[in-house]
Amino acid sequence: MARLSLSRVRWPSGWPGVVVFNTFARVAQYVLLRAVALAITVVVGVYLTVVITNMGGHVDNIRIAQVRESVGGRILLDRELQSLPPSEVQRVINQQVQVEVQRLGLDRPFIWRSFTYLTDALSLNLGRAEQLTSDSGSRQVRLILLERLPATLLLFASTFLMLFFVDIFLALFLSRRYGSFLDKVVVALAPTSAAPSWFYGIFLILIFASLLRILPFGGMVDAPPPDTTLAYARSVLKHMILPVAALSISSIFLSVYSWRTFFLIYASEDYVEMARAKGLPSGTIERRYILRPTLPTIITNFALGVIGLWGGAVILETVFNWPGLGRLLFQAIGHFDIPVIVASVVIYAYLLALTVLVLDIVYALVDPRVKIGGQNRQ
Amino acid sequence: MMNSWREVPRYTSALVGLAIIAALVGLALYGIIAIPYGEAERLWRGGEGVWIDNPRNAQPGWVNLFPGRNLPETIIVDSREGATKRSGRGSDSVNTVQISLDFDYPYDDFPSELNLFFDARSRERPPHASLFWLTPDGRMLSLGEQNVESSERYSISLDRRLARQLGGQSPEVALFADPARESPQPLQGRYQLLVEALLFEAGTDLDARLVVYGKVHGLAGTDHLRRDITVALLWGAAVALAFGLLAAVGSSVTTLIIAAMGVWYGRWADASIQRITELNLILPALPILILVGTLYTRSIWVILGIVILLGVFSASIKVYRAIFLQVKESPYIEASQAYGASNRRIILFYMVPRVIPVLVPGFVTLIPSFVFLEASLAILGLSDPVLPTWGKVLNDAQQNGALYKGYYYWVLGPAMLLMLTGLGFALVGFTLDRIFNPRLREL
Repeated sequence: MARLSLSRVRWPSGWPGVVVFNTFARVAQYVLLRAVALAITVVVGVYLTVVITNMGGHVDNIRIAQVRESVGGRILLDRELQSLPPSEVQRVINQQVQVEVQRLGLDRPFIWRSFTYLTDALSLNLGRAEQLTSDSGSRQVRLILLERLPATLLLFASTFLMLFFVDIFLALFLSRRYGSFLDKVVVALAPTSAAPSWFYGIFLILIFASLLRILPFGGMVDAPPPDTTLAYARSVLKHMILPVAALSISSIFLSVYSWRTFFLIYASEDYVEMARAKGLPSGTIERRYILRPTLPTIITNFALGVIGLWGGAVILETVFNWPGLGRLLFQAIGHFDIPVIVASVVIYAYLLALTVLVLDIVYALVDPRVKIGGQNRQ
Repeated sequence: MMNSWREVPRYTSALVGLAIIAALVGLALYGIIAIPYGEAERLWRGGEGVWIDNPRNAQPGWVNLFPGRNLPETIIVDSREGATKRSGRGSDSVNTVQISLDFDYPYDDFPSELNLFFDARSRERPPHASLFWLTPDGRMLSLGEQNVESSERYSISLDRRLARQLGGQSPEVALFADPARESPQPLQGRYQLLVEALLFEAGTDLDARLVVYGKVHGLAGTDHLRRDITVALLWGAAVALAFGLLAAVGSSVTTLIIAAMGVWYGRWADASIQRITELNLILPALPILILVGTLYTRSIWVILGIVILLGVFSASIKVYRAIFLQVKESPYIEASQAYGASNRRIILFYMVPRVIPVLVPGFVTLIPSFVFLEASLAILGLSDPVLPTWGKVLNDAQQNGALYKGYYYWVLGPAMLLMLTGLGFALVGFTLDRIFNPRLREL
């Protein structure tokens, strides 16, 4: 109710319904603006990727090779042309390729072509992979990527959510009893977060898979996948333990440490002292006087952390043989499969933008400045 | 500022961190001095020609310090260096040479490989050699005979015929096994390989060198190409520190100056810097580095340049901006404007130095993250093609299933050094953070 009364101060003519509607409209407007800004950012980012990739004419070469392949195949199947001598057939192929190159606009200056590539890249319409195939045997880059996406999302989304809540609760717990043994342990362990997750992954594999042999070395399910859904899920969970543990170890101590310090600083604010003097229970103080005002900062930092973790995903998946986008990118490098590499960069840009957008929406929901219209004008 | 620096020695964690960093710098310097650049390159790309006397996948020497472990080291016996060599006259201008390659074998495990290298100097007819193996308990086994071309390698442990003759066991096991025992156990004592050769021409000479490859080598062991991992660990330290330091300096100093410029000039400069920062946040840095590594070059210096470029517009620009916005309004800036200081002077000499206390802790913790970035790229096979680095060793280990096959040392060496680097810089960085940000100090 406090929020509504505050709003009423700003818009004295409004009855509560209008105020609620106003709040909703503001949040929607904010989210929409952010979405548009992010969409523009993604377009610019992908355009940069296209320019980087094509700097040595790589995309052009791929396209021309694809044209040559399709034209060659069509002509070799043509019965009438089969009777011609090979040199003549070659001449026809060259002619046809020339026509096709002109039709596709590959002879136009790069600045024009780059926009064609941009729309292709944005729609992930990157043609066919050179070496890699999807599990169903398709060479369509889009299908290959979409097939790998769920594995990556499963691993990272579950880890992010888990880490977020564990971090905050542990940090609150520690800030309540700072100076205790557990607190000292976390402070001492904070520097371990300098190493990325794949690094801990190697050690976890060494201990739990190689020495103790209780958990699998990698992969997502057992080699013949179990038949029943329940057994399948259990197998996936078992394979997730080590990668999730590696991701957690690499970030948990540092973030708990910084949250706990952050909460401690807020806990020494005057209004918190005041609340304490009033005799409010510590749970209420934590929720209303510490957690509530710090929530926007928490979310901003969480967003930055998530973005940082995406970067480590490529190698973590490679180390754990996790059949996601990261390992796909690694395989594509190994096979020098350029369409897949470009597409991976694009899809990572999408994922990052989506992460930022989701967190922006959450931000809009918790930041009172967005709701009451006092947007921070920088 | 100076007072803050003086406080550093009061923190144990900072001292530990500094000690670790000093040790790493020492290691890197030793590496550069002991193995010059060209030599490191030659050694790491040398292949069999350079490393032929090393065992494959040997463990580091210190494993023998564990009680009950007595793994063999590599033994080399050469007829040119000490082994007895007797020449004699046979009939019809045929000379004989008898080379006796003796060595003591005091170890509890079998060697990993046996190679015999010949060096024959003849014009037309190559010498003919018969080989005999004498064990400490007095048995004599024939290892067959062969014509020896100029410089030939006889891989005893790969000789299938010999293996069949010795009862199916691989030669390096069968030749050293104690026949009295049920399970194969090496017999300790003095072994002898006898080379009896017939030389058919005058002026012909023959030398032989026996290499009994051990199972331990050097301080860090060897990899699948017989290379001594110590070389990579030493040079890796130099590369890692240089990369981390340059990338951190490059990106953080530029970030600072750009943030200051944005705030000082304001308006469109500020706005565009803000927008670029937001754009950069969404650019997937690692995939872009991978793209560059795959399509253009893997040179570590180009990658370094791109890392700096991508790091310039990092999220910390927003932190600096907030501070600069306050600094800009300070009276001393107004004063400097009044006496006509140039924009450049104000930015570089009056604004930037104010933020350095905030910068320093972050800068120190940034270094290991770049060291790990280099290792990450190497893990993906995108490291510098020439220089040996820690990440490259990890990549080799990963590619060859080191953990699966139990070559733990291969991973542990570089991993420990990486961890030490991270720990050292993080400890110092955390302490500096406490010193420079007084609000943290009482916590």
